[in-house]
Parts: sequence; structure tokens; C-alpha cells
Amino acid sequence: MTDTNAAPAPKNPSPAAPGFVVQLMQPGIGRLAVMTIVIFIAMAALSPEHFLTIGNASSMAFQFPEFAILSLAMMLAMLTGGIDLSIIGIADLSAIIAALILSHFAGANATGVEAGGAMALAIVVSLAIGCVAGMFNGIVIAYFGLPAILATLGSGLVFTGLGFAITGGSAVVGFPGVFAVIGNADLFGIPVPLIIFVSLAVAVWFLLERTAFGIKVQMLGTNPLATRFAGIDDAGVTIRTFTYSGGLAAVAGLIIMSRSNSAKADYGSGYLLLTILICVLGGINPYGGFGKVSGLILAVLSLQFLSSGFNMLQASNFFTQFLWGSLLLVVMAVNTIQFRRRAARSSSKAHV
Amino acid sequence: MRSGPRGGHFREQDVASHPLAETGNSFIRIEHVSKSFVGVNALTDVSFAIARGQAVNLVGENGSGKSTLIKILAGAETPDEGAITVDAEVHASLDPRQSVARGIQVIFQDFSLFPNLSVAENIAFSLELAEGRTLVRRRHMRATAERVLERIGVTIDLDIRVEKLSVADKQLVAIARALASEARLIIMDEPTTALTEREVRSLIAIIRRLKADGIAVLFVSHKLTEGLEVCEKVVVLRNGHLVADAPASEFDAGSLAYHMTGRRLAETAKPPLAKSSPAIMSVRGLSRAGVLREICFDLAHGEVLGIAGLLGSGRTELAKALFGLIEVDAGKLLVDGKRVPFGSVHTMIEAGIGYVPEDRLTEGLFLPQSISRNVTIGTIDSHAGRGGVLDRSGLRAQVSNWLARLNIATSDSEAAVQSLSGGNQQRVVLARWLAKRPKVLILNGPTVGVDVGSKTDIHAIIAELAASGLGIIVISDDIPEVLASCNRILVMKAGQIAEEIPGASIKETELARRLMS
Repeated sequence: MTDTNAAPAPKNPSPAAPGFVVQLMQPGIGRLAVMTIVIFIAMAALSPEHFLTIGNASSMAFQFPEFAILSLAMMLAMLTGGIDLSIIGIADLSAIIAALILSHFAGANATGVEAGGAMALAIVVSLAIGCVAGMFNGIVIAYFGLPAILATLGSGLVFTGLGFAITGGSAVVGFPGVFAVIGNADLFGIPVPLIIFVSLAVAVWFLLERTAFGIKVQMLGTNPLATRFAGIDDAGVTIRTFTYSGGLAAVAGLIIMSRSNSAKADYGSGYLLLTILICVLGGINPYGGFGKVSGLILAVLSLQFLSSGFNMLQASNFFTQFLWGSLLLVVMAVNTIQFRRRAARSSSKAHV
Repeated sequence: MRSGPRGGHFREQDVASHPLAETGNSFIRIEHVSKSFVGVNALTDVSFAIARGQAVNLVGENGSGKSTLIKILAGAETPDEGAITVDAEVHASLDPRQSVARGIQVIFQDFSLFPNLSVAENIAFSLELAEGRTLVRRRHMRATAERVLERIGVTIDLDIRVEKLSVADKQLVAIARALASEARLIIMDEPTTALTEREVRSLIAIIRRLKADGIAVLFVSHKLTEGLEVCEKVVVLRNGHLVADAPASEFDAGSLAYHMTGRRLAETAKPPLAKSSPAIMSVRGLSRAGVLREICFDLAHGEVLGIAGLLGSGRTELAKALFGLIEVDAGKLLVDGKRVPFGSVHTMIEAGIGYVPEDRLTEGLFLPQSISRNVTIGTIDSHAGRGGVLDRSGLRAQVSNWLARLNIATSDSEAAVQSLSGGNQQRVVLARWLAKRPKVLILNGPTVGVDVGSKTDIHAIIAELAASGLGIIVISDDIPEVLASCNRILVMKAGQIAEEIPGASIKETELARRLMS
């Protein structure tokens, strides 16, 4: 009897057995991968002589890591069912502090131990500032019960404001040459920022899929009430997640700083909405609980292909943004329609 | 309304004239109806009839085909074979408009009301639409609502917004709406699920009034007792087949359960434990302003203690206080002889207390997440090695072990837990707690929304756990459940323990009376 207690097993209700192509069109990673490949082929077809070059590949690989890392920070916050609007503020503030340390202790002409020591100190301090700022967000959300969107909107303004107050709004410059390695050098032909991003992406993937903490983050994002009833320290999980998010933002801040050889309180302000777009496009559920690093990477790549491709066609930046927005709308619409159909199917089955 | 504000009388006369004209004739007959969905037979050759003014109890476990049958009657599904005869008129199938025009009204579990509209608007809305009105006529709507509520002998503030009503009142509004649309057969899908005992009594009184008014009622349920007393006839579905169709007087809870599940479910009351068993948990003077007053009790090793009380008696607050979910003003708690402070879930779990919450769907489960994650989330830290890295094979072993031990029917432990039936979902929550090896397990409404077969299984699991030395508290207003599973019963009223009753010393009706008095 107990066998029949289970709701009808998800026997595939579609008449045809789903082939490989159909499976790829299912919502999720497969479809995203197809979309990314299609965009790549389209861009390559539009201007093969520019797009399919080592130079282009290399320039793309230098461009996207900074906002890809910011997207990882956004993703962590979104998995808890929240959002982190303060990542840009954190990135800039921590970079400004790093810049001040570098210019104060080393300066533009420093080399050797002096430069290396100052750089190590700058990196450690800026990462610590990022983590502390993120932890502050987590505490406000977990203990004062503020919705993440409000807490981080406010704290983001505070961090940006601190950055302006410290610098007076001007760029901090004058770093030792060795600092440029972070954003501009390559290792065996692979750009350093790309290496940093890949390592962090692997770390985040590992955290989410292979550690107890990662599972707790996803459970918290799925149903915070049940998390409490299951005896999970929901406040601790929230604080730790936002701490990591802040730390990732600080790394992105260092890369931006190294690439532009300066730090300023309003760098990267255009990246905030882009990171949200990447997360949603990459299948991170904005209501929390579900999302994969692989989806996020595919979303980053498709947007980068689009913008590089159209850049080569001399299209305006605004046209690229227009395309990004359209892509998001189309993907969301397709996902929603599929989701509704599946919901309708499963509910009609559940009531048998 | 055709006959204006006095339409109610028109209806009564209309109905009263019929039974004489068609003596013994049924209002609606379902004849050899079959329906399958992609290879699964939901209904196979089902036939039965409902007479005017007759209440029929349609019972069956989840998945037995009840809902499909309701949908066919409502015109939402087309049968593959068979016919539906309404007023001697044969239909191969109904569409929703025909169904409503023939007087068939379904009250679904969620009532499908408009929470932001008033009572009067909700009652009169579908009638106004059916009459093709384009403008709102408040006074006319109020008159309709008043008249209909009077027919079932109920007073509800007509201007209050429906979202502010209790579940029982919402149900009354849904019944009134069905009446406003000239219902002749009201199908109630699981009408008692969210009601307290007292509200069930008044629902039954209303069904009596409807019957006297010539309106037939199809009472769909998987709770066994309520239907029997108000219905003339019982129809039992099992796996899409009609397995019984007989006068209600020929059934009792036991035989009904047999027909529904196809097996004998002997549930006998449990005697109290021997006096010598040591206490595993002691509560003294537990108070919280306005909800709990001076609660004192002991729970012995291996004992199942029932806490019976109506909604609002403080039973859920007591459970939450014992699990550290709410603060208390005063009180002392000893677990295994050690003093445990109130107010922190973490401390309570450390002390060995587990809590299976009342509302499985919102408080107990992570619905879209996998079964395995739902089972392991409580003990996930014990599977984390150095650096928090999960021992995945250990986790898988734990999952398959618990799925087997609690007999959870699933082919894929990575499927979302929401794909399971209510009974299996509840077992998933149980498995999560049992994996933590608690000393005391508090079960709040352990079988709400669970079908009979699974219910007995869960009671058997409770008995087995108690036998292994766990102290178990069962909080419930399901009287047969409390009687069948508890060694001792505490009756809660107004935040106090009103009475202590040893198990197997009291009859169902007597316990129900004491709960409500």
C-alpha cells in the first residue's frame, strides 16, 4: 500500500521521449549553454576577422573577471533569499584603503621588498575590510531583521560615502609597478584576473555543493522558517554568507584598482545592476535557495560575447545594454512559461 | 434574482415539489465512468447515484481518484468512458457552465474566495456575473447574501473583508455562495481538514439544514468519523475503483478504513505505562502571560503523552515553549535530570528535544529541495569533516537507511520532497529528527493531511520509537489519534492543563465532550 502513497512518479507526460536536444532546451544549465554557444557563433559569424582572434579572446578574458567576481558575491546573497546592493560600495571602499596603503608605504617608484610588503599588507587589509563590511550587512539583516535589500542599500551608501569622505572624491594613484600584475599580467598566456576568477568560482562551487555550510545557505534561502524549526543557526549562516560576499567584492575591487592603476569612490557603479542581471540570467533564483556557479559563468560569458561582438561592429554601448536587457526578458519569459506549464501539469497530477 | 429578495422561498417550493414527483429517483447518476491520465487509471468503471437532499460521503485515500471524480462533476475533466445523468438527462461529459447550470457547486479546500472583497460581495458575486450584470449593485448583493445566510441559519458581518474571517467562517461564505447560485448538489472537498471539533459540529448542523432544504451534499473526506453521522450513504474509492457503496449505517470507522486501504487496521488504545518508569522530562510551573498558566507534567522514558486541546487552548504555544521557539515568563524544565533553560532552540536541541511542527509545508519542509537534503539537514554538521567538507557517501548511507527504516516510498531520493504524498512527507520530517537521536520528540499534529493507511503507519512508528525508550509528546485535536497512540492524555484548556486521563480509560465521545466543555 505504501507504494501507492507516493504521488504519481514524474513519468514524463510529454508524448515523445525527450531526446538530447529536448533535454538541452529544458530550463537550466543545458539551455544556458546552448544560448551561450549560439551567441558565440552569431558573434563569430558577424565579424569573424575580429571576433575569432587571440587578441579578442585575451581582451575578453581581462574584461569580465571583475564583474564576474562581483556576480559571485551577488549570487551568495541571492541564495540566502536576499540581495547585496552594497558590493560596489565595498569594492571601492576596500580598494581605496588598499590604494592609500600602497601609495603611503611604497609609492609609484618602489620595488623589491618594500613594494612586495606594502602590496601584501594592502591586500590583507582590503580583504579584511571587505569581510567586515559584509559581516556588518549580515548582522543588520540577521539580528535587526531588516530586509537585505534595504540593509545593503543603506550600507552601500555608507561605504560609498566613506570612500568619498576619505578621498574627497578624487582618484588615489601612485602604486608600485608590481601591483599592476593583479589586473594586467598573464601567467603562461592566461590573464591573472581570469586565474583569480576561476579559483574563486571553484571555491564558491565547492563551498555551495560540498560543504555543510553551502547546503545550509540553500536551505535557508528555500524556507527560512523551516530552517529555524530544523534547528539551524539561521543568523550565523546569514552573517557568514554576507561576510564571504563582502570578501569577494573586495577582491573585485583590487582587480579594478589594478587595471585602472587607481582607486576611486565611484568606480564600477555601472556593475551593480549588471551583476543582478547575470545572476538572474544564470538561473540563480531571486527568491533564494537555488543556483549554480556553472549557470553564472555561462551568463557572464554570453553577456561578454554580446558586448565584445557588438563593440567590434562599432555598435554603441547603449545598444549592448539594450541587447542585455532583451536577453534577460526573453530568458525570464521562457523560463516562466515553462515553469507555469510544469506547475499546471504537476498540480493536475497531484489532485488525481 | 428572478423572484427578487424573496427568492429563497421560491427555491424551497421548487425543491419540495420534486421528491413526490420522482419518488426515489436520483438527482445525479454517475454511470460506468472511467478516466485515465497518460496511462494511469485514475477512475475505472465507477457508478453511483446521489438523490435529492441526500448526503453522500465519498471517501478514499490520497490518489484514490476522489479529486478526479470531483473534477468530472464540476466539468473540469472529461471522462474517457461512461455517462453522467442529471435530472434524467444523459451527458457524456459536462463543461463547467453546464455543471453550474445544473446546480452542481464545488467547494474546494481553499474555498476559492476573494480575500480582499467583503462577505456580501463574495456570496453574491458569481450570481451577479451569471446574470450578466455589468455594474455593481451593492444593496442587491447585500440582500442576496442576507437571504442566503439566513437559509443556513448563520450570521456573519456582511461588510467584513473575507481575509479577516476564520477558516470556518470562510467555509460558510463558500457554502453561502454556492447556495446563492441555486446549488442543488454541493460538493465539499475535505471540508473538515482545517476545522476544530466544535466547528465540525456546526458544519454538520448546516449540512443537515441543506439536506432538509432538498440540497444534496457530496462530502469528500479521508477523515473517517464525521461523514458517517451526517451522510445517508458512503461511497468508497480505492485506486480508482469503487469498492463500497452502501448506507452509512453499515459502516464503522474500522470497516471504512478496511475498505479504503484494503487491509485491516487494528488500532487499539494504549494502556498507561507502569508507574516505575523514570521521567525523561519534567516541566514545572511553565507560564507565559496570556497563553500558558502553571503547566506541570512529567514524561517517562518510553511514554507517549497526548496533549489534546482545541485550537487556541495553548497546545501549540506549549510545544513552541518546550522547543525554545518562544520565551516564557516562568517555569523549570528538566531533561534527563538536567536543568535546561527556556528560550533557545539550540539549547533545546542540545538537550535532546526534537520538534515536528504543526504545519509541515511551511515549518517542516524545504518543499522544492530534495528528499535527501530534507532528511539530512538536521544532522549535516556531523557529516562534515575537516574544513566543513561533506562526507557524501556517509550522507547517502544515512538517507537510504532512513528511507528504508521509515518505509518512505520513493524511487529517487534526489527528487523534490514536494513530489511525495503527505504521509511520506511527514516521515521525511520524522527521519530528520530521528537521525539526531533525540531523547524527547514533540509531534504537533503528526498526521494532519495524511491518509488513513499512512496514518496507521505513523502511529506504528510512534509506538516503535516509544518502545525504544524515547519520550514522545503528541499534540493533536484528532481524538481517535490521541486515543490510539497515547499512554496518557492531558487535556488543555485556556492555557492550563485541565485534566489528566490515563490511556485506554476513556471513549472517543467522552473525550470529545471533555475537550469542548
